[in-house]
Amino acid sequence: MGKEQEFKQKILIADDSEMNRSILADMLESEYEIIEAENGVQAVAAIQEYGVELSLVLLDIVMPEMDGFGVLEVMNRCHWIDEIPVIMISSESGSFHVERAYQLGITDYISRPFDALIVHRRVVNTLVLYAKQKKLAALVMEQIDEKEKQSNLMIDILSHIVEFRNGESGLHVLHIRILTELLLKHLVQITDRYQFTREQISMISTASALHDIGKISIPGEILNKPGRLTKEEFEIMKTHTSIGAEMLEKLSFHQEEPLVKEAYAICRWHHERYDGKGYPDGIKGDDIPISAQIVALADVYDALTSERVYKKAFPHEEAIRMICNGECGTFNPLILKCLQDMADTLRDSLNSGDAGQTNEKELQDILEEKLNPGEASASERTLQLLEHERMKYSFYASMSEEIQFEYMVSPAMLTLSAWGADKLNLPEVVMDPIRDSRITDILKAEDIEKLGEIIRNSSPKDPVIRYDCLARIGGEHRWMRIVVRAMWSSDGEGTYTGVIGKAVDIHESRLQLEALEEMASHDTLTKLLNADYAGRQICRRLEEEPDGRYMLMLIDIDDIKTANDSRGRLFGDQVLVHAAEVLRQNKGDNDIVARVSGDEFLFFTRCDSDEETRADRLISALEGEYQGFKVSACVGTAAGEGKKTDYDRLFQEADKALMEAKKGGPGQHRTSRIC
Amino acid sequence: MSLKECYVSLEGDYEDVLGRLRSERLVQKFVLKFLNDGSYDLLCRSLESGDYGEAFRAAHTIKGVCQNLSFTKLYASSNQLTEALRSGWSQKAAGLVEQVKQDYEQTVAAIRELQKETGA
Repeated sequence: MGKEQEFKQKILIADDSEMNRSILADMLESEYEIIEAENGVQAVAAIQEYGVELSLVLLDIVMPEMDGFGVLEVMNRCHWIDEIPVIMISSESGSFHVERAYQLGITDYISRPFDALIVHRRVVNTLVLYAKQKKLAALVMEQIDEKEKQSNLMIDILSHIVEFRNGESGLHVLHIRILTELLLKHLVQITDRYQFTREQISMISTASALHDIGKISIPGEILNKPGRLTKEEFEIMKTHTSIGAEMLEKLSFHQEEPLVKEAYAICRWHHERYDGKGYPDGIKGDDIPISAQIVALADVYDALTSERVYKKAFPHEEAIRMICNGECGTFNPLILKCLQDMADTLRDSLNSGDAGQTNEKELQDILEEKLNPGEASASERTLQLLEHERMKYSFYASMSEEIQFEYMVSPAMLTLSAWGADKLNLPEVVMDPIRDSRITDILKAEDIEKLGEIIRNSSPKDPVIRYDCLARIGGEHRWMRIVVRAMWSSDGEGTYTGVIGKAVDIHESRLQLEALEEMASHDTLTKLLNADYAGRQICRRLEEEPDGRYMLMLIDIDDIKTANDSRGRLFGDQVLVHAAEVLRQNKGDNDIVARVSGDEFLFFTRCDSDEETRADRLISALEGEYQGFKVSACVGTAAGEGKKTDYDRLFQEADKALMEAKKGGPGQHRTSRIC
Repeated sequence: MSLKECYVSLEGDYEDVLGRLRSERLVQKFVLKFLNDGSYDLLCRSLESGDYGEAFRAAHTIKGVCQNLSFTKLYASSNQLTEALRSGWSQKAAGLVEQVKQDYEQTVAAIRELQKETGA
């Protein structure tokens, strides 16, 4: 009782009129948890969010954004209608509407004005009906499970008796069954040559337990002889195959049972080899039934890895190697491939100890194979697992401060995590987002297009994509990193169905990166730009404003060598810092000043005329005394129009002019005009 | 004015609504709520802006609510308007809009009286 009160079934009410919703909610909310949607889009979003947690949908027809039929169409396309019952409530009384609604899979149709009692009764009936159906399915499963358990038990006892005589633990039979099942399951995956349903695989695995029943007739002295068997003894030993088969053949009933037929083949031929060198019949290739081929390999593997009266156990890897090398006879290459592919799984399954029993999930699958041949449908347990995953996901989503989203191609729909929707000031569901101005306000159209292209070019093998771009969030442009994973349908066709992903704010770290770049771009002594960085900036400036006229000055501080030699290197550095400071003071907003090397500086400025005067002014500014040292500089200038020159040319010309200037002694200036 | 008198005044069917919703408290709660329902405003606005699809949906919603609450008179006119608007704007629809407005005012006036009485 208590549990029921805590855990109310959820009902979704989708109606555009708040009045209508609350009339319904009022009638039902004492017993059920009510979720409301005021249009079709919200309804679809709610169904997507809650999934099978929803026990029922009460659906209106006429609604804005997407009407009730639209909702039903989506529910059909996504197969939700198979799991969640829908009752339609509408004042549309035309039989056309009613008929269409039933065709789209609704359970019931209630016309307005409705009677509170009738609505309540129909809701309860629908829920009970669905619950009964699920219960019935569970009951059938339980019975299959019980039946299987009992027959497995009988077979286990029988084969254990055989092994008991053999002085073995009973594990051998269990191992053979596990190995047979795993190898068979893998075999049908890697080839179309052999086709088995899950039920058949389970049956063959069960039958494999009987492979050695013929040993019951082999004398104990031979069976348990510690040393090597003599030739005669071995001939007797070999008869356990045909004797086992004969025992089954002589059963007075059940001859037609597939289990008996498989067990016969396994008993008789599980010592045959692919090249015909086995016994008792020496048949070869695919004349040996595949079940017997598989059990033969399983038998060899388990014999190698187990301790026997006549031998020690080989390690797993050694056993696999010996089998593949043909040391234990020839096997079907396909089965050997199974053994190699499954090597790790085999070892783990045998060691885990819990294997051997068909688990609940497999039973479910078998049942479903029977109920819906050819069509996969989620089982109750799968749905529970899904539900669990969904809860986990939404919990993590609420904890992390990330914009998480999901985009579905058809119908085109963007679903945002609650936190993300809040952050972006968007509803949690946006239909047709690519054409929605609220989305294009945030992301530039070219970014959306580019991202779409990258996603479409990704593949199931490499489905994760990273994309950095500027996004407008809350009126502010911020750098975001969008990480998405493209999704493909799992129906074998691999149709692109949409993406899941998140967007993370990387603005701060991006700015930090830029600050680091800034640091890397400056000279440590003078704090001016370094030559490389200044060069790049000058190139950009020339490109951006090609019509401007520019001048580039290379400035060489005279006699620094004298300063270094007479008063020490530290003093020489101080002179350079002083000169850098003078240059900085003379620098306009758009000028670029840098230290090129040792005692050489660069000054780049826009200069529409009279570069001579500018250079002379700079020379006079630099001229003076610093702590008793006479400072002066030579300047070489190159000038030209942005479009007629480039950085390298300017630099070379200025360098040439500087050399000329230096020839004339301290405080000289030369200009080289490019045009 | 009692709830029953209110129904007389707005020309609704009190017995019918009580029969369906089963509780006087519920009926009164929803009747009072009718004052806050935005569908009528939406109807007027969308008619003004010429959005007849939206007007159809609004009329449809009013009709549904009236049906639930057994507001017989307003149901009748809003139902006719809904059907007229289903195929777009027409002279006939224009006439029906006037009727709906008249009936709506009558209904709302009656509910306001009830509201005064209950002090809600």
